[in-house]
Amino acid sequence: MLQVGDLHKSYSGTEVVRGVSFSVAAGECFGLLGPNGAGKTTTLRCCLGLTTSDSGTITLAGLPVPAAARAARARTGVCPQFDNLDPDFTVSENLVVYGRYFGIDRRTMLGRVPRLLEFAGLEDKAGARLDTLSGGMKRRLTLARALVNDPQIIFLDEPTTGLDPQARHLIWDRLKSLAASGRTLILTTHFMDEAERLCDRVAIMDRGALIAEDAPRALIGSRIEPHVVEIYGDGVREFARDIAPRHAQRVELTGETAFCYCREAAPLLEALQGQSALRALSRSANLEDVFIKLTGRDIRD
Amino acid sequence: MTEPLIERLGLRFLHVVGRNFLVWRKLMYASMLGNMADPMIYLVGLGFGLGAFMPSIGGMRYISFLAGGMLCYSAMNSATFEALYSAFSRLKVQRTWEGIIHAPMTAADVVLGEWIWAALKATLSGAAMLLAMYLLGLVHGVRPLLVMPVVLLIGLAFSGIGLIMTSLAKSYEFFIFYFTLVITPMMFLSGVFYPRAALPPVIQAIGAVLPLTHGADLARGLTLGMPIAHPWLDVLVLAAYATCGVSLSVRLINRRLLK
Repeated sequence: MLQVGDLHKSYSGTEVVRGVSFSVAAGECFGLLGPNGAGKTTTLRCCLGLTTSDSGTITLAGLPVPAAARAARARTGVCPQFDNLDPDFTVSENLVVYGRYFGIDRRTMLGRVPRLLEFAGLEDKAGARLDTLSGGMKRRLTLARALVNDPQIIFLDEPTTGLDPQARHLIWDRLKSLAASGRTLILTTHFMDEAERLCDRVAIMDRGALIAEDAPRALIGSRIEPHVVEIYGDGVREFARDIAPRHAQRVELTGETAFCYCREAAPLLEALQGQSALRALSRSANLEDVFIKLTGRDIRD
Repeated sequence: MTEPLIERLGLRFLHVVGRNFLVWRKLMYASMLGNMADPMIYLVGLGFGLGAFMPSIGGMRYISFLAGGMLCYSAMNSATFEALYSAFSRLKVQRTWEGIIHAPMTAADVVLGEWIWAALKATLSGAAMLLAMYLLGLVHGVRPLLVMPVVLLIGLAFSGIGLIMTSLAKSYEFFIFYFTLVITPMMFLSGVFYPRAALPPVIQAIGAVLPLTHGADLARGLTLGMPIAHPWLDVLVLAAYATCGVSLSVRLINRRLLK
């Protein structure tokens, strides 16, 4: 559905995408992960033909981009990072008017609206003004709007950023139903639990390059120790320096918390028994641990 | 699936015109009232009030002379407000344009659509003024209707220039410069309120290159039967502003949206 080959893009001398290649098969849910400024959004914009790359090849829905970007976008759905619903229109007018841009006439769109509203859980909001909708409802409407042309491939740029847990779960549920219907999903996100939950395969991007690409479970299995013990409390520094390294493969001290990555958690937990001032949380490694291991703990602004 | 006619003819920008029309229709009456009220107030206030002290200009009453100018002024204002404030809120505040180019539309489709739309609003304002002129008995017969294509052209010229401003603007404040430095002086230099011949020669020369001047000359000729010195030059100047304005805006908006 999407093939990207050796994509490069610079902005005023700074290369923000440096030789990115990946491909997404039909029906797959693919996650593009990375810290702020990693080049995710630029990569997506290139895929849609909204930015021209300096070099590289892109094939979207079987069509070359940017040469046939318009025709490729006609087969694609986009759920953007920032809501750009039309505040001058009601909920259902938003869908009908957006359909126009795909050359779908009003009658056809009016036929599709009930199903789209049902998908978004907005059946009783058809005539509502946009400013009466909650953030979660707007997101769902944006998602429904991305489906007006019944696309086989859908781009989602941070689909749940800024939503409360209930709203996020509802969006995840909708995305899963899209994936179950055989559509290809390509999403960027900062939330590793989201990627782990939804994606068949993820690629981690940092400083403009892909640095890892696999199924979330496989990345967790191959890239990091299976157990993580987080330790905090008085004396954590000394413990992290003197004792933890004897039982853990890697120890990282961040602020007042020591992250101990171990093949076996038991010996470390035993060593903690005598340390009453320290508290510990023992858990399995997850995608976030892999992400931080690969991209570092530095803040990117 | 056969492609719809608009797509087949490459007229996708009409979708943008259609979108704006649907929004306008919701507030149609308030919008038309606004279109009418402002120039009418000027026309009645200045035309009757000031006109009482004025000699006739070129053999016509001052109010008639003024009405010919106000017709163009209201078209200019309409196009300018739409291409500046309304378009900018769709570009920046509401991100409407961003949403549109995620569909199989291009930035050029968006700009062309906005350009035509603002010119159509200008035409409507001009039509309202012309109607007022008929009602006040300042014009008669069908010949004054010939001014409508000119009003559309004035709309296209100011909509094109306005969209350049919009594509450069970071915030609404930017437009204050445009109004203070361009639109307001233009109103006084283009012979809307008085004949340009009353101005010093240097200032007249500046006025001679302004689009509103050419619009006003054409409009007075067509509605009031005043002689038009260079009708085709007037049309050419307006057309040049319109085409340069829209093509530069397409480039600038492309650069802004497709970075």
